[in-house]
Amino acid sequence: MERASNDQIATMPIEFKLDGKTVVGRPDEPIIETAARHGVEIPRLCYAPGLRPDGNCRACVVEIKGERVLAPSCCRYPTAGMEVITDSARARASQKMVLELLLSDMPEKEYRLDSELDQWARKLDLGLPRFEARKQPPADLTHPAIAVNLDACIQCTRCVRACREEQVNDVIGYAFRGEQSKIVFDFDDPMGESTCVACGECVQACPTSALMPAREAGLAKVDKTVESLCPFCGVGCQLTYHVGDNKIRFVTGRDGPANHGRLCVKGRYGFDYAHHPHRLTKPLIRKQGVAKGADFVVDPANWSEVFREATWDEALDFAADKLKQIRDQDRYALAGFGSAKGSNEEAYLFQKLVRAGFGTNNVDHCTRLCHASSVAALLEGVGSGAVSNQVSDVLKAEVVFLIGANPTVNHPVAATWMKNAAQRGTKLIVADPRRTELARHATHFLQFNPDTDVALLNAMIHTIIDEGLVNKDFVKQRTSNFEALKENAKDYSPEKMAPLCGIPAPTIREVARMFATSKGSMILWGMGISQHVHGTDNARCLIALTLMTGQVGRPGTGLHPLRGQNNVQGASDSGLIPMMYPDYQRVDNPEAQKRFQALWGTKLDAKPGLTVVEIMNAAKAGKIRGMYIMGENPAMSDPDVAHAREAMAGLEHLVVQDIFLTETAYMADVVLPATAFPEKDGSFTNTDRMVQLARKAIDSPGDAREDLWIIVQLAKRLGLDWSYQKPRDVFEEMRRGMNSIAGITWERLERDSCVVYPCENEGDPGEPVVFRTHFPTATGRAKFVPADLIPADERPDRHYPMVLITGRQLEHWHTGAMTRRSGVLDAIEPEPVASMHPLDLEALGAAPGEVITVASRRGEIALYARADDGTPRGAVFIPFAFYEAAANLLTNPVLDPFGKIPAFKYCAVKVSKGGARPGDPGYGNGGTLKLMYG
Amino acid sequence: MKRKGKGGVRSTLKGRTVDPRALAEVKKLLGQAPRRRDLLIEHLHRIQDACGQLSAAHLAALAQELRMALAEVYEVATFYHHFDVVKDGSKPAAVTVRVCDSIACELAGSHELLHRLPEVLGAEVRVVHAPCVGRCEAAPCAVVGQNPVGNATVENVAQAVASRSLTCPETKYFDYQAYRKNGGYGLLADCLAGKRTRDEITKIMEDSGLRGLGGAGFPAGRKWRLVAAEPAPRLMAVNLDEGEPGTFKDRWFLERDPHRFLEGMLVAAWCAGVGEIYVYLRDEYAGCRKILEDELKKLKAKPPCALPPIHLRRGAGAYICGEESAMIESIEGKRGMPRLRPPYVAQVGLFGYPTLEHNMETVLWVRQIVEQGAKWFAGHGRHGRKGLRSFSVSGRVKKPGVHLAPAGITVRELIEEYCGGMQDGHELYAYLPGGASGGILPASLSDVPLDFDTLQAHGCFIGSAAIVVLSERDKASQAAQNLMRFFRDESCGQCTPCRVGTAKALALMGERKWDQALLGELSQAMMDASICGLGQAAPNPALSVMKFFPHEVS
Repeated sequence: MERASNDQIATMPIEFKLDGKTVVGRPDEPIIETAARHGVEIPRLCYAPGLRPDGNCRACVVEIKGERVLAPSCCRYPTAGMEVITDSARARASQKMVLELLLSDMPEKEYRLDSELDQWARKLDLGLPRFEARKQPPADLTHPAIAVNLDACIQCTRCVRACREEQVNDVIGYAFRGEQSKIVFDFDDPMGESTCVACGECVQACPTSALMPAREAGLAKVDKTVESLCPFCGVGCQLTYHVGDNKIRFVTGRDGPANHGRLCVKGRYGFDYAHHPHRLTKPLIRKQGVAKGADFVVDPANWSEVFREATWDEALDFAADKLKQIRDQDRYALAGFGSAKGSNEEAYLFQKLVRAGFGTNNVDHCTRLCHASSVAALLEGVGSGAVSNQVSDVLKAEVVFLIGANPTVNHPVAATWMKNAAQRGTKLIVADPRRTELARHATHFLQFNPDTDVALLNAMIHTIIDEGLVNKDFVKQRTSNFEALKENAKDYSPEKMAPLCGIPAPTIREVARMFATSKGSMILWGMGISQHVHGTDNARCLIALTLMTGQVGRPGTGLHPLRGQNNVQGASDSGLIPMMYPDYQRVDNPEAQKRFQALWGTKLDAKPGLTVVEIMNAAKAGKIRGMYIMGENPAMSDPDVAHAREAMAGLEHLVVQDIFLTETAYMADVVLPATAFPEKDGSFTNTDRMVQLARKAIDSPGDAREDLWIIVQLAKRLGLDWSYQKPRDVFEEMRRGMNSIAGITWERLERDSCVVYPCENEGDPGEPVVFRTHFPTATGRAKFVPADLIPADERPDRHYPMVLITGRQLEHWHTGAMTRRSGVLDAIEPEPVASMHPLDLEALGAAPGEVITVASRRGEIALYARADDGTPRGAVFIPFAFYEAAANLLTNPVLDPFGKIPAFKYCAVKVSKGGARPGDPGYGNGGTLKLMYG
Repeated sequence: MKRKGKGGVRSTLKGRTVDPRALAEVKKLLGQAPRRRDLLIEHLHRIQDACGQLSAAHLAALAQELRMALAEVYEVATFYHHFDVVKDGSKPAAVTVRVCDSIACELAGSHELLHRLPEVLGAEVRVVHAPCVGRCEAAPCAVVGQNPVGNATVENVAQAVASRSLTCPETKYFDYQAYRKNGGYGLLADCLAGKRTRDEITKIMEDSGLRGLGGAGFPAGRKWRLVAAEPAPRLMAVNLDEGEPGTFKDRWFLERDPHRFLEGMLVAAWCAGVGEIYVYLRDEYAGCRKILEDELKKLKAKPPCALPPIHLRRGAGAYICGEESAMIESIEGKRGMPRLRPPYVAQVGLFGYPTLEHNMETVLWVRQIVEQGAKWFAGHGRHGRKGLRSFSVSGRVKKPGVHLAPAGITVRELIEEYCGGMQDGHELYAYLPGGASGGILPASLSDVPLDFDTLQAHGCFIGSAAIVVLSERDKASQAAQNLMRFFRDESCGQCTPCRVGTAKALALMGERKWDQALLGELSQAMMDASICGLGQAAPNPALSVMKFFPHEVS
């Protein structure tokens, strides 16, 4: 017989006695859990699923025969023959005394309807506590999202563990000693002035009401809970909406595969945009004679100067008639922007509408602006644009290489897995020109010079070849074109590249070695890689690193471009791409064309369509005359946005479908009021290739309609014979055109909330790790594509001496249309800021908080200076969410030749002290909380 | 904290940012010291020593330097009483005077000192109360800076402050040279040279009956075998955090014969197969720290044989760190919060490795027992008990101090034969047989043998053999309140029964008439459900009062 391994022994069942009965437990299962499985309930306060058991509250103490003192059943594991008594007079006396001691210090005032302490006191029949209360600490209401009432604190440290061990935000501590012990934020600072990022994990963890959603949300009446998803980023967190009176009262994290109950500030507190008074509730038609122009000031509260209300019939007819008219003159003069915020079904129908209804392939969406280059390189190299491994695989990796990404801000819950991995000893290499939060958790932080990605990465490739660390078997069996890479890499020794990228050669060599030789190395990247003129080359280098070391095809390895929008993966999969049908089937591939012509019963155009920036250029040139834009805001998100606004203003006909009167909608001829995320059902695909179901939680306001309905109505008016009623009707059709999801049934989505693709046949489990045996290319092999140094289009010079890097903030999503209308998010980041190194600010003579002016060759904006020593010298970082200081007025519209993605991460600017204070955009500006809650 | 700019916008990242000047200062203070987080307490000492306090700016800079979170640094800094954490850069007091108000010093009048000193010393001098500083033979004691002023009066304290005598006076002791001259380190050298076997030495310890003298009384030899049976690497941690009120024997020995301890420690380490040793010394013993630093330097400079690495770590004012697992946490640079057991420290101890933990006095005896034989040690004892005990005696006796006496001696014999009898005009009324934790016994039980296992029947234990003698002028209930206050102040705050229980118990004990039923219930829960010995033993004095001195509280 073979000997059992230690891991096996740890889970082998053992018998022990529980309250006199023989039960079967496991050596790795605490007694409290075994008891629960056998219907024995033991009180507990500091113990909570998902958190490390700490055993401090002592409410769960039990008697173990032969032991001098009682034992905490949450931290004790059974041994064979152990005799445990949970309800003896002695055990009960201590359990009750613990509860009584804590109860005696609870405040009179309730912050929550039924705390866990109250529940246990009731179950154990506790009367009024007999001890005098402690001296109570004052409340801390300095944070817009979270009320801190330490008078209700029982010091169980669940919040500390949630903050430090789960989210690893490291804000909450348990300071001082004895009865002075206290939950603190940083240095016992007011929460609102601390480093708190308001993920709210502590609130979710608190068993009493010491940490609660602000404004007494904990006391609000809730009449239903709805299991859904977060509407913001690509991580795809599952959450629960708590709804009362058709309003979302608060949100809690759900145990989804991507988040396991965790959320970030946006997911937990950014839901109330749906209730904002600016919501569009009636179709709007542009008033006769109100001119369009790029130079406008949006006032969303005062829409009636520009628009008049219309009925749905009038608006839809108006929208469709003009589109039809242009189509019938020149179908190539129409284009559509779909949205990565919409569902798969919406994306699919939108592209079908453009292809079948407009008759062109001029359909694109904001993926073009985030990961088009990554996708281009991935399709070329490994045959699939999606991730090879899921984010949580970082927990299985030995080395994690994160480059050009700031996940604590942009993918906060994904970042928690990286921090968890780092805590467990995974070697985390962070490479980024900006020193961001994750750098503190990294074993190696490479703060390389902006725009020198290829230099750094080629130096790593060079090292791996130079030091004989190439996985020869893998290269031989699974790849092609390695010789070209090898030849190309000769010129890129670390010693030669070090002065360029600013990282010492020995460091480059060390991390290259670590990456190549570990049991599992995983690469994750963000838009610091993709948004360059050499974005595709950057990604090619990352793919090469992975292939040459064979670090792919296994758990804890692979390639993961962190996707931005909540459905950017799904929108791309569903075909919102000008040169591809759903599932990345090229429109110029006759087979694919045939397939979709058959599926859709119509003739399709074989000419690849234009991309986002190309469409804008064509509009400016008068070649595109009509557009249908659903849920996107190019008037804020496009590079050189003044140019984009001019282009849109020049359109003959612009149909915009949105929930707010966005900057783009302001230039529309007709605006169709749509539903917000929590107001409809649909499937969404996250960065991990998980197809997940969002469910309707609230009714939409006024006459706003579901997006799917609007698309169908337009389609009918464009002559298409559509009869889709529900998202599932659309999904069924999608399955017939997309092999990757053919095996996913709507019933399964409803049951499991999540299915991973590829899932080609019903009943397939789905594949979290792909490329295990082959790559989805014609040959089954992956292909190396070498890259050379291409400098940025516009480098700093005498006139524009600094580098502008644009990006996002934790609190604000993209162009801010939603998040600046969310009370908490607006309160935390109310106004536009530009981050600069404190020494650069000093050189400028500007104090942090003062107004500075940032100008490029394309425009200038004035905004507040923020000191951040993580920003490299000579650079300025500006988030693009602020209309009153739109960063994209400055950016350079030059494109990567393969991905057609603009270089948002690099252009030359000059910064000067002073300028007019940014104006009021009519929303946000720190006024949302007051507007919505009084 | 000014972080909002003119527009109401945050002008920096969230939370405190590091002041470049403070960072430069911290870098300078830390010098070449490794930026490891287990050295956090050592680094905090450097800043506290240099600046007289820990400012928020310095702490934030230290956090960045160690790549730690602000909260992680703050919770450690505020846990220890010898760190003065201040929010801004306010000027620290010129001198801090810590007046011990633990039981022996309270009996000797520390309250009056605490009452009068602030007025006499003026605003420049900070007067704070302190838990037992381990100088009960010279009660009351006030520590001026790091200078312990024994038999303190307002006058001699004021004198020390005025003359800025802030360091601990040096004592005369057997230094390295003297110790070696008398055959010191011969045993260790023999061990390493293969002239002795581990088994042989361990067997001697087992036969001698030597038990852990920190209070728990675990047989020393057996502990060595247990640790030796665990997989390498193994570590050793020596507990010199002598904080049990009334206890000062470790200091007494260290001030006289430090190498006897060090040799015993090294022999124990060798027997248990230990590769690295950590010595944890309470911060109150500044004089001992100097001795150990000097003597370890000499020992390492001219070692008698190969030595394992020996690290001296400095406590920071926390009684709980005398608890073995709390001490381990503290050595790791964390708050002194006891760990839940199992696993035991012999299996999973310091830095997660099997750890041999010993009280200093336990290993101090090793050389003599080996040299004179197990029988010699076991041959001592009275009333059927075996061995020798070092009693720290304080209170109402003529000759307080450390008295080496046979195990099993009664308190009456101890007072008469070793302590010169009761002070004039005082009659034995009660005594603490084991410091703050061991309970209080009445004079009627003055003929009980004092040793491990002999006092349980009376709800007491001998612990570290700290005997505090009360006379008919004292009240047991007053003493019990003093002790409960001590436990409340020194509770680490981790578990409910101890954190909340000590505070509630003290409130109940403050009543003229105690609610004995409720106090009894509370005591039982504290004993049953607390994580560590502190909370489990904290009710002992109160229970003793209710059992033996009910007239005082009814």
